[in-house]
Amino acid sequence: MVWDWLFTYWPQLLYGLWITLVLLVLSMVLGMLLAVPIGLVQVTGPWWLKYPARGFTTFIRGTPLLIQLWLMYYGLGQIFPMIPGLRHSFMWPVLREGFFYAVLAFTLSTAGYEGEVMRGAFLGVPRGELEAARAIGMSPFQVLRRVWLPRALRLVLPTLNGETILQLKSTPLAYTVTVMDLMGATSMIRQDTYRIYEPLIFIAVIYMFITFVITKGFSYLERQVPVKR
Amino acid sequence: MLRRGTDLGFRMSAWLAKALVLLSWGPAGYGDELFYGALRTIEISVLAYFLGLTIGALGATGKLYGPKWLKELLHGYTTLVRAVPELVLLLLLYYAGTDVVNTMLGGFGKGPIEVNGLAAAVGVLGFVQGAYSTEVIRAAILAIPHGQMEAARAFGMGGPLMARRIILPAMLPFAMPGLANLWLIVTKDSALVSVVGGIAELSLVTKQAAGVTKQYLLLYLVTAFIYLAITLFSNRIFNWLENMTRRGQRKLT
Repeated sequence: MVWDWLFTYWPQLLYGLWITLVLLVLSMVLGMLLAVPIGLVQVTGPWWLKYPARGFTTFIRGTPLLIQLWLMYYGLGQIFPMIPGLRHSFMWPVLREGFFYAVLAFTLSTAGYEGEVMRGAFLGVPRGELEAARAIGMSPFQVLRRVWLPRALRLVLPTLNGETILQLKSTPLAYTVTVMDLMGATSMIRQDTYRIYEPLIFIAVIYMFITFVITKGFSYLERQVPVKR
Repeated sequence: MLRRGTDLGFRMSAWLAKALVLLSWGPAGYGDELFYGALRTIEISVLAYFLGLTIGALGATGKLYGPKWLKELLHGYTTLVRAVPELVLLLLLYYAGTDVVNTMLGGFGKGPIEVNGLAAAVGVLGFVQGAYSTEVIRAAILAIPHGQMEAARAFGMGGPLMARRIILPAMLPFAMPGLANLWLIVTKDSALVSVVGGIAELSLVTKQAAGVTKQYLLLYLVTAFIYLAITLFSNRIFNWLENMTRRGQRKLT
């Protein structure tokens, strides 16, 4: 085991860690924001929203994330240059980066998986509470904002820990589309130094540590929510 | 306006014709390559799944009834595998596995060999699956009502007999949803093998075909739908299996 490369490459690894965390947080937050309407329309929406939402979650959950990522990066990357004017617009520097497609693919993936969880959570809120809210004269939107959504979000809170860890474990895929996350930095180090195991073992430990921190963070968060026992 | 309409129609039919050629069977298209790639994906998944189940059954037994050191070893295994990204594990185990095999061959005085792509993929995916199966099966065994085991023991059943007659059938209804999920996960995780290469499964075939033809969007979409078809078909089978294991039990609401 040789570890002297750590002294040379720690800035890249630190930057890689930062990118990994940004990927994780962005895709979880944006994904959850999308998951709420996707779950909701599957429970109460009109058919022209319900079926597309159901199709979306089925597609996301039934195909490998790697293929989704490549579909975005290579597939959309093939379409975008054909759109007139896009090449010269302010969007182009973003659309050229693998990072954008990684965030897009991971966000949609989270939205698909969490959308299904949110559907169950919306269904899991006791009917009586919604009827009571309606009975005291709340409008449908008020019912959603004051009762239905907060209750559903509390139901999904215990699943979020696992979902976040799963999402963390998916982020290394981004290195296949040139993103310099932890995995990307590691693969660069491996090519530079010809060390096969040490860099991989090193980031394996880092991923385990992040997992540990996430678990601790969520159990703290769950303790903040009052529960009737 | 009319010209533009026909132009669009013409372009669409030209694209459709190109797509059909691209997906056709034989040397001109990639239909046959994708089909055999999909078969390879299923082959890898089935083998890795059953390897995982074997590890899982042994691991769960060890975790529940084994000596302390074994319990701790297995706890380390399941924690490690479930906290480290599959891709990192895949690369790590792929290189390590190849190394171990070659060191062993070196010990017998034989030169290094290229490790079979299928064996490496199955070994690595099975090892990862094993950790998850261990947990699923362990939880299912723990969910068996205690009285059933006690009754079996009171009848004088030994360990293996009890495992076959009582534990296995009583645990399956609890384990099936988790095991079905693991199957879906392994079919999707098998796509990761394409990052290492070495075996022409669906994702690698698609990557190569897309690289040659530059038809990324079309080929990745087709491949995505092939995976989706595998998933949807598996769902049917597992629903049927779940009903089989639940025969004679009350319906879940």
